[in-house]
Amino acid sequence: MTDTPFDQFRRTFFEECADLLTMAEGELRGLDLNAPNSESLHAIFRAVHSIKGGAGAFGFDRLVAFAHGFESTLDALRDHRLRLDRDHHDLIMRAFDVLADLVQDAHGESPMQGGSEQDIADALTRWRGDTASPAPLSASPAAHEKNSGGGCYLIRFTPNTQMLAKANEPLLILRELKRLGQATITVDLSRLPGLCEMSSQESYLSWTIELHTAHDLDRVRETFEFVLDDCELSITEHDTRKTEAPAAEGTEAPRGQTSAASPTSMRVDIDKVDRLVNMVGEIVITQAMLSQQIAHMQIDKHQELMTGIEQMAWHTRELQESVMAIRAQPVRSVFQRMPRLVRELSFALGKEVRLVTEGENTEVDKTVIEQLSDPLTHLIRNSVDHGIETPDQREVAEKPRIGTITLSAAHRHGRIVIAVDDDGAGLNLERIRARAIERGLIDAQADLDQEAILNLIFLPGFSTAAAVTNISGRGVGMDVVKRNVQAMGGRVTVESRPGQGARFTLSLPLTLAVLDGMLVRAGGERYVIPLAGIIESICPAPGMVAKLVGCGDVLHIRGEYVRLIPLHTAFNLHDDAQTNGLVVLVEAEGGRRAGFIVDEIIGQQQVVIKSMETNYTHIPGISAATILGDGRVALILDISGLMDMRMMNPSSSFAPDTTAYPLSSDCLPS
Amino acid sequence: MSKKVLAVDDSQTMREMVAFALRQAGYDVLLAEDGQKALGVLGSSPVDCVITDLNMPQMDGIGLIQALRAHPTHRGTPILMLTTESDDQKKQAGKAAGATGWLVKPFNPEKLLDVVRRVSG
Repeated sequence: MTDTPFDQFRRTFFEECADLLTMAEGELRGLDLNAPNSESLHAIFRAVHSIKGGAGAFGFDRLVAFAHGFESTLDALRDHRLRLDRDHHDLIMRAFDVLADLVQDAHGESPMQGGSEQDIADALTRWRGDTASPAPLSASPAAHEKNSGGGCYLIRFTPNTQMLAKANEPLLILRELKRLGQATITVDLSRLPGLCEMSSQESYLSWTIELHTAHDLDRVRETFEFVLDDCELSITEHDTRKTEAPAAEGTEAPRGQTSAASPTSMRVDIDKVDRLVNMVGEIVITQAMLSQQIAHMQIDKHQELMTGIEQMAWHTRELQESVMAIRAQPVRSVFQRMPRLVRELSFALGKEVRLVTEGENTEVDKTVIEQLSDPLTHLIRNSVDHGIETPDQREVAEKPRIGTITLSAAHRHGRIVIAVDDDGAGLNLERIRARAIERGLIDAQADLDQEAILNLIFLPGFSTAAAVTNISGRGVGMDVVKRNVQAMGGRVTVESRPGQGARFTLSLPLTLAVLDGMLVRAGGERYVIPLAGIIESICPAPGMVAKLVGCGDVLHIRGEYVRLIPLHTAFNLHDDAQTNGLVVLVEAEGGRRAGFIVDEIIGQQQVVIKSMETNYTHIPGISAATILGDGRVALILDISGLMDMRMMNPSSSFAPDTTAYPLSSDCLPS
Repeated sequence: MSKKVLAVDDSQTMREMVAFALRQAGYDVLLAEDGQKALGVLGSSPVDCVITDLNMPQMDGIGLIQALRAHPTHRGTPILMLTTESDDQKKQAGKAAGATGWLVKPFNPEKLLDVVRRVSG
């Protein structure tokens, strides 16, 4: 890897930009227009200022130019020279959008068109009310005009007390001059008082320097750059006289302290954390192996070893949770990209939409966050485009003209549940049905309940948009959302209330690294069923199992019929092993239930998830793999996926021979 | 013994760049995110130079300069302000508060080292 320090700085810069933009946008959104919080305004200003500073260091001139104008406006705002109102608040929001685009542009991602950039910059300038605010383009402080090629200079230099108080050391300046060429320095001691009258802080000396140098006057003057106001200085060159008179000092009062809580934190390279997570994963596997080994040993003989290993199991668990907590991040970073999306979309569509976010601090693994952006963007887009009606339509429906989309996140049952709720028209069941028939996705005679119809929108090739709009309906549909979410081990469900709105819910694992699972055996193979999906395990009594046409076997339990899925037939395994006919009752998101028929329940275990997609390829019904304590691989079941396999094609996914497992032959009515 | 410099900036990018340039040149570098933290980092142990940004939360650069100039140990420490070209007013204010010199952002490492040497020897 060729990672120069410069690359490192660049990376830091872009990470920092992302943080600053997120922070600034959050502050901006929280701003009360009638009484803007001055600390927020300072923080917003500083964000733009910092971005500009860094951008300058890397030579991102376009970014610097825009940030410069933006910064001037924000400066005027925080000094109360400008007053914030609704329109200008909007302008600042959009300026941040442009700034974010320019940062992306500088990063080399998604090159940006210049149109809005100039418009916004002009609008900012107009608001500021001044016309000239030249950006410090290609600022290169080291540039000197090489108009004169050096020569002999006569310099008279008399520091005053001020200069010494500012820690400017005459000796260093003289030393600096000597670096420029040959200097003959004479000190004037005439003002030096007697020892008794001498004050240690007063300046009594002055110098005359004759300097022969190849450098020009500007370079010589630069040596005195910091002390011009605090000394008497004259530099004579050839016959040109240049006298520097002390200038008035600036009198602007120093800005008071501003405070903003800055949590103690450090930035760590994600690779390092990933390595740590991997190592902890290995420890978990090793620990599982040890636990398995001692299970066969005599307890009384190895009491201390047992206790030790038990303790290790406990610590391993804590270690793992701590490591996972490092990777956990609030969903805020994804959520905060959405207001802009809603703003732009509603503007483009002539709709009025308000976005409300809840649970922004809900934490979830960084990998999940990274993969959340696309599905969420699509769902929001969908809600604005298809869900929320135009203001006029809403008025007719006696709803407020401004539509509301609520984006919320919460932890539930060890998963994160993210919902996109809108108060729009809801999904049109008739149209979905008609479209599905038109596309040949379902039979015209198919008898589907509401849930089944709603789920049609997740089928590939489905799009309800009457016309392909600019916004969505460009071929990327809900099926992609579903696939992306499923790839993360998550689910997406939809609910609709006609005329009142729709709700899309994403349920995702908190981490993509470990999972609490139940290890089972079926057809001689071992599988892991995610613990979160298990309701109970039962050994059904004869008479509880019945056969339903087109559905296979069902289990009758507590007044409810649940479809049975024998795992060994689901995966086409030869079943030579003795089958005990145990049923593990599972539930997928949305409340769908099924019973997995297994041979043996081995035990509960925490497993380290190894992705199938990354290492092999996607297998229907399987979400991932893991390595067990004995070093063998076990597959982790995708509960919902298994149910879908069964539903889509009940006759071919499973062996048609229902007598393949003794359970059914025992209990089925002949 | 190598010279010790404290760099104060709320931007991580800036801190890293300043620190890198100075460390390459053999300086000991201390870092702080704002004026308040800088005072904490310094305590009463002297440094050879302080480089500070002006716009910072908690305590800004001007506040830090004033605090250092009023401090028994640090009153004579050279202080460089990190400014931008548009910060002229701020620069004047910093100078009035007792800053020794300034460094205009963006700067290159040579310029930084040059200026640090000019004020701290």
